Amino acid sequence: MRKFFRRNTAGYVFLTPWLIGFFFLALGPILVSLYLSFTRYDMVSAPVWDGLGNYQYMFEYDRRFWKALEVTFTFVAFSVPLRLAAALGVAMLLDKGLRTIGLYRAIFYLPSLLGASIAIALLWREMFGLNGVINQVLSMVGITGKGWITDPDTSIYTIVVLAMWQFGSPMLIFLAGLRGIPRDLYEAAEIDGTSRFRQFRRITLPMLAPVIFFNLVLQTIEAFKTFTSAFIISNGTGAPADSLLFYTVYLFNEAFKFFRMGYASALAWVLLLIIAAFTALAFATSKYWVHYENERD
Amino acid sequence: MAGLTLRNVEKSYGPLTVMKDMNLDIHDGEFLVLVGPSGCGKSTLLRMIAGLEEISDGTLSIDGKVVNDLPASKRNLSMVFQSYALYPHMSVRKNLAFGLQNLSMPRAEIARRVDEAARILQIEPLLERKPRQLSGGQKQRVAIGRSIVREPGLFLFDEPLSNLDAELRVQMRVELAALYERLKTTMIYVTHDQVEAMTLATRIVVLRAGRIEQVGTPEELYTRPANLFVAGFIGSPRINMLAAQVEGSGAARRAVLADFRAFALPDLATTDSALTLCLRAEAIRLGGGEVQAEGRIKLVEYLGAERLVHIVLPSGQTLLFHAQGADSHRAGETVTLGFDLADLHYFDTAEQRVETVAGQGAQALTA
Repeated sequence: MRKFFRRNTAGYVFLTPWLIGFFFLALGPILVSLYLSFTRYDMVSAPVWDGLGNYQYMFEYDRRFWKALEVTFTFVAFSVPLRLAAALGVAMLLDKGLRTIGLYRAIFYLPSLLGASIAIALLWREMFGLNGVINQVLSMVGITGKGWITDPDTSIYTIVVLAMWQFGSPMLIFLAGLRGIPRDLYEAAEIDGTSRFRQFRRITLPMLAPVIFFNLVLQTIEAFKTFTSAFIISNGTGAPADSLLFYTVYLFNEAFKFFRMGYASALAWVLLLIIAAFTALAFATSKYWVHYENERD
Repeated sequence: MAGLTLRNVEKSYGPLTVMKDMNLDIHDGEFLVLVGPSGCGKSTLLRMIAGLEEISDGTLSIDGKVVNDLPASKRNLSMVFQSYALYPHMSVRKNLAFGLQNLSMPRAEIARRVDEAARILQIEPLLERKPRQLSGGQKQRVAIGRSIVREPGLFLFDEPLSNLDAELRVQMRVELAALYERLKTTMIYVTHDQVEAMTLATRIVVLRAGRIEQVGTPEELYTRPANLFVAGFIGSPRINMLAAQVEGSGAARRAVLADFRAFALPDLATTDSALTLCLRAEAIRLGGGEVQAEGRIKLVEYLGAERLVHIVLPSGQTLLFHAQGADSHRAGETVTLGFDLADLHYFDTAEQRVETVAGQGAQALTA
């Protein structure tokens, strides 16, 4: 054993920064939060063991927990397909062999760099406000707008649109995937008189399935974790009428506003399980729709 | 069935013209092979015929109808790609049926055609497999099957055998020839392999740098190559080329070669003072021939029924000689080799074939 360490000292020295980060910033907090989720803890006094109390309260009594789930699920259900569709659409436009493709790629990626920022969320709030740009444009064509963000029925969709706008990274992955589909397949289809739409449905989509699957899983996880935009646009409250009470916003408030750290930890673990369940579901269904070219039977 | 006509067909990419004044008549029911080295434009030409590549100028007609602007799917043709272009996520059966489904053909008819093609190509046991479960040769059969089911008037093949190993290539070549005999549909076949061209074609088109060098039957190309390029390209092993200076004038003109005795030239339709003389490997005679030289055997390649003997002449030039049967020459041996004048092909300085004027026999001269 000593010999082993002596021989690999250099390796461990180089690993140290990562190991410290992993144990103290990742694994440590993860395990501590698991413990805290079974306690009552206000960050001032010591945690008090409460067994499954937090979880029981969450599922049986906490109506805001269910509301947060509803908001988050709605957001995931709309934003993920829309973002993927936008990403695929733009990727297909860019896959036409343009000489300036690098420039366009950068331009279309820009919103993804800016979109998650506080500045853009603030800008978004102004745009969709009662006197915002959106309503000004609508009024030009004779439509009277409303406070899109202050109306609980529409507020979430403004965030869906904001999320859709950040299609940069799935777009790049789609673009790489599209580039990987052999041209011959389309040429063979063309000679066979296959319509563009059928080519898309019968060749592009199935050939892209592994990439779609990858993007779907990643974007779903991303969507469940959405925080900044909802937090900023709702002023950190989840208002109006809890219509922007994203799961993460609720969790954040429980932890850092009301200092119910034990309960917040339990919320975090439930979110983790939900995300894991969705990912598992995606993997379980993938064998029916995802085709890998190099798969062995 | 379909005949094709190309008139002054041109292909350019921006300012770059890669093909110019292409004129070609492809007869109904023939197996035409386009052959040439890489970059000669053979695939581009095929793709223009297919409708996958735009024709920059000139006209392409199929059965007398100009089809320049007709989409690929309306040209009544099918194409086999070098990469096979099978849809990897579909079973063999679906691959075969895919094109027919576009034609809103009744299911029963699709099934009949798929089964028929599978039977012809002996791929019936593979119908439910995915392409990744097939070997190269099986994939190739499926690709051909996909062409057959459409029952097109014209088959296009873009180097279909080049991804197969040597043995399979020979086997598929035989099968393609059999398929042609069976269907007797016009086939246009692109290859860079002159053996494939020679064995499959009813006519061959030799291309170089976007131009047609010669069109003819395999025999015509082999026995009467129109220029030095075709002479060198067609035939394996490569034809022997000898540089010759022409001395004298009129009937007394004679060819002076580096290693062979000078000899009187037959009456040739050229006045050039330099010629290239070509000689097939099988035309060289050891110990015989009207014109002779001494040489040393550098290498003997054993090919079973025959041997390919590399002979170095005093000038350093190597000639290839086909030795038949139990010939027992060894490397290092010095031999006398020669040829008959009737076996020579003459090419002028512009590398074009020079014909001998009929009835003028050549006589060997003593140097």
